[in-house]
Amino acid sequence: MTEPLGAKAGEGQPRGERGFPAAGASTAMEQLYQQVILDHSRARSGEGELEAPDGESFQVNPTCGDECTVQVRVADSVVDSLAWTGKGCSISQASLSLMYEMVDGEPVAEAEKLAETFRELIHNRGQELEEDKMDLLDDLGAFTGVGRYSARVKCALLGWMALRGALAQAQHSQA
Amino acid sequence: MTKLLNVAGDFPLLDRTVRGGKPLVYLDTGATSQKPAAVLEAERTFNLRHNAAVHRGAHQIAEEATEAYEAARDAVAQFVGADFGEIVWTKNATEGLNLVAYGFLNATLGRGGGDAARFRLAAGDEIVVTELEHHANLVPWQELAAKTGAVLRWIPVTAEGRLDLEKLDVITERTRVVAFTHASNVTGAITDVAPIVTRAREVGAYTVLDACQSAAHLPVNFGELGVDFAAFSGHKMLAPTGVGVLYGRRELLEALPPFLTGGSMVEIVTMESTTFMPPPQRFEAGTQMVAQTVGMHAAVDYLNGLGMANLAAHEDQLAKLLLEGIAELPGVQVLGPTETTDRLAVVAFDVPGVHPHDVGQVLDDQGIAVRVGHHCAQPVHRAFGVHASARASAGVYSGPEDIEAFIKGLHQVVKFFD
Repeated sequence: MTEPLGAKAGEGQPRGERGFPAAGASTAMEQLYQQVILDHSRARSGEGELEAPDGESFQVNPTCGDECTVQVRVADSVVDSLAWTGKGCSISQASLSLMYEMVDGEPVAEAEKLAETFRELIHNRGQELEEDKMDLLDDLGAFTGVGRYSARVKCALLGWMALRGALAQAQHSQA
Repeated sequence: MTKLLNVAGDFPLLDRTVRGGKPLVYLDTGATSQKPAAVLEAERTFNLRHNAAVHRGAHQIAEEATEAYEAARDAVAQFVGADFGEIVWTKNATEGLNLVAYGFLNATLGRGGGDAARFRLAAGDEIVVTELEHHANLVPWQELAAKTGAVLRWIPVTAEGRLDLEKLDVITERTRVVAFTHASNVTGAITDVAPIVTRAREVGAYTVLDACQSAAHLPVNFGELGVDFAAFSGHKMLAPTGVGVLYGRRELLEALPPFLTGGSMVEIVTMESTTFMPPPQRFEAGTQMVAQTVGMHAAVDYLNGLGMANLAAHEDQLAKLLLEGIAELPGVQVLGPTETTDRLAVVAFDVPGVHPHDVGQVLDDQGIAVRVGHHCAQPVHRAFGVHASARASAGVYSGPEDIEAFIKGLHQVVKFFD
């Protein structure tokens, strides 16, 4: 009756082009909780606080009370440093961790483009976006399956809402 | 061992499958209950045959609708040990609790005349709540305190997740209101109401009971409990959404100023001012949710047919199975008493290292519906040192096989995130 849940995505599974298990090749839970998500939720990158950030944003998910704060320092239109703190589920924590890895040190314009593309992916009901967008998203493509579960959309996007708020504040303070 | 009830067949929704053909295991009754066919049928029949606005119109179906609406009030009154005139229809328990809080506020603003003076609050007065409350019985009192200058105090929770009755000295001569839950929607603990009512009476404070979880799962008699006000929701006790009940002792309802104003609750309206009807109509402004009250009547009849004592005994056994099953899982912490004495089959728990959302997701994948998050009770989670929890809550239609599936599912959760 119940599908096996024990096996981890990846091991011995046929893989799609991008290295994620191909649709239909794993259980629904393995599709949702890709290995990259589980890994980032455990060994998180970029957790911490900045001294004197230019922008900061606190976001809370009212349905579960999960929260995060993202801080940025911006210099010459580049995200010079990014740090975050928060508590939440594996989806939200992994999303923040990957966000750090992909945004820290990147131009603000690139960060905003990535944020917008990620938002589009999460709202795409579990389907991948066009190839160029998936290329841009890189490891964030692991979150494709989250879009299938409307209750988890906010989990994936919480950190990115905070990023948007922090960047807006940083740009405002420098204007 | 008491014989278990076996009534899942009365609840059409429980027949369905979820997530690709998996049988539904519904353990989220604490959030909202499923409805028996009798309730759905009563609502449908009302809408098909008797629908009209109540307390107005002289035509036949208006009379039928009014009779159905008032018969439902009578049935609910008997169900909770109240008189007919002590039952006010609200849209839910939240509205009922706000009705009382706003009654105090309106009295403080001078409304309701001399009769309402007993409800006036002044700076230095105190309102006592508890750390165990659902936000619905906390936030309205925070707001009332902020608006009136009264001070909010609270009864703390014990390590076991019960109200700390050793700390009732927080109720003092300055206390005007004591608002507390009859049964926690997180810890499942059933409150020993008597010492709190006794203490409140000693100092002349009014008591307000949140009976949302209790009215649906235990025999409840507000008259015997001796509380001044109590609120509960229909949708948690097999009735439709959109209908709830406020109980108030008659003499208090007669003195309390109205909360919502408008049509249906007035006597004489001039351009300058208005006189209000006696309770309960004074508190039932606007067109009412008549079909839902009819559904509530059917729910009460259904529960009476089973017998609330039988229902409580049934759920007690499910609570035992839940607690025993969870205890098998190493490290899983129950947020609440771990034995079934004075406890509902509402079990919130923390799986170390796994966020409740992830717990719920993997259970959902197996067709098991539980609640995840803070369950509208952030302070009690904070008291337990956790941010959120997952919660399994059983109902009259739940059986041992549901608990078994849930425990098995929980083992899968632990394995999946290991």
